Amino acid sequence: MISLLPDYIYILFFFFLGIVFVASAFAVSWFLRPRDPSVAKNSPYECGEIIKGDSRGQFNVRYYLYALIFVIFDVEILFTMPWAVVFRQLGMVAYLEMVVFILILALGLFYAWKKGALQWQ
Amino acid sequence: MIPMLLSGLAAIGFIAFSAMFLIWLERKISAWIQNRMGPMMTGFHGTLQPIADTIKLLLKEDIVPKGVDFLSWWLAPFFVTVPVVMAFLVIPFSPKWIALDLNVGVVYICSVTSLCVLGIFMAGWGSNNKYSLLGGMRSAAQIISYEVPLLLSVLLVVMEAGTLSMQGIIHAQSHGWFILKPHLTLAFLIYFISATAEVNRVPFDIPEAESELVAGYHTEYSGMKFAMFFVAEYTNMFIISAIATTLFLGGWQGPWLPGVVWFLLKSYGVIVLLMWMRWTLPRVRMDQMMSFAWKVLTPIALLNILISGWFMVK
Repeated sequence: MISLLPDYIYILFFFFLGIVFVASAFAVSWFLRPRDPSVAKNSPYECGEIIKGDSRGQFNVRYYLYALIFVIFDVEILFTMPWAVVFRQLGMVAYLEMVVFILILALGLFYAWKKGALQWQ
Repeated sequence: MIPMLLSGLAAIGFIAFSAMFLIWLERKISAWIQNRMGPMMTGFHGTLQPIADTIKLLLKEDIVPKGVDFLSWWLAPFFVTVPVVMAFLVIPFSPKWIALDLNVGVVYICSVTSLCVLGIFMAGWGSNNKYSLLGGMRSAAQIISYEVPLLLSVLLVVMEAGTLSMQGIIHAQSHGWFILKPHLTLAFLIYFISATAEVNRVPFDIPEAESELVAGYHTEYSGMKFAMFFVAEYTNMFIISAIATTLFLGGWQGPWLPGVVWFLLKSYGVIVLLMWMRWTLPRVRMDQMMSFAWKVLTPIALLNILISGWFMVK
């Protein structure tokens, strides 16, 4: 068993480095920038018109359907990654099992397609 | 400890320098394509222009529009930029120049770069602006849709190389670049199209379509926050080109020149191609774009995996 701790320390370090990078850029600009807010300046941009209604209104439910299909496929690809590394050693049986797995997924995609979940209207 | 700190600082330095250089390059390439001069005043052929832009952005007032969702408005620049920094952990610039050759490098870089979509959506939601919300929604839908064919084409490379480590994949290409094998040429095409959509570039720039959505999710951002979105956008462009170089174009391998030169040459070559496309092609429609991802690219990528898997295992 190889120790994975050094790897995680590296990842954490880069994570904090990213935060420091953004925060320091903000800090430098905080010291340098002017502050002169006004009502007109702070109103959200809408082509210079006076804003109508709430900006967080209703949006198309399609986005949600795409997200649902995406979740399934993303997890599936993550499952397939370990298989892809070793499938040559495992041979034909492993390949055929993955064929079944992918075909079931393809069937799901086909079903969503026929149901009109992929139709943008 | 010391190599970790050094590699981190090198990554930050590279990100800042690369983003500035790419902004200059983009303006120059657009100018050449449109038969203009581009920036010429600051420095030799406008080379100091990005520095002037940075100083200007540092000195800009930070405008917070009324009614923003404060938490997501403030965290969004972090969420787009921090993953970009984290991705540099596994980019193999040369046999020696890699911060850490993770044994799951490919999965790591794909998962980290796809975190950006959170920041983009938070920016769109937090801004209290209709354009931003629309841009954020579109961007999220587009990025997650094209994530699927992108990962499927990456999967094919993993099948061919038999490893998830970035250096391991480059070593697997020592007898010929992966792009030269027919099934991986197809995978490269799928990867390149999906990656273009991932970074919201033309012809898939619906989320920031200037002529209809102003600037999409970062309409309301100003000053350094805006700069962070820009840095993330241009560095993401470098990252997807670096992944393409690693997975398909043989990474740092090449004759005569040192590895890092080859790696940068190939990566920036892919970036120039992306920029060339931006100033040449028109924008596609939203419905065309979504159905292209799900009805064309994903089935082709799945079939490609099944068929070439058969030939590999036979």
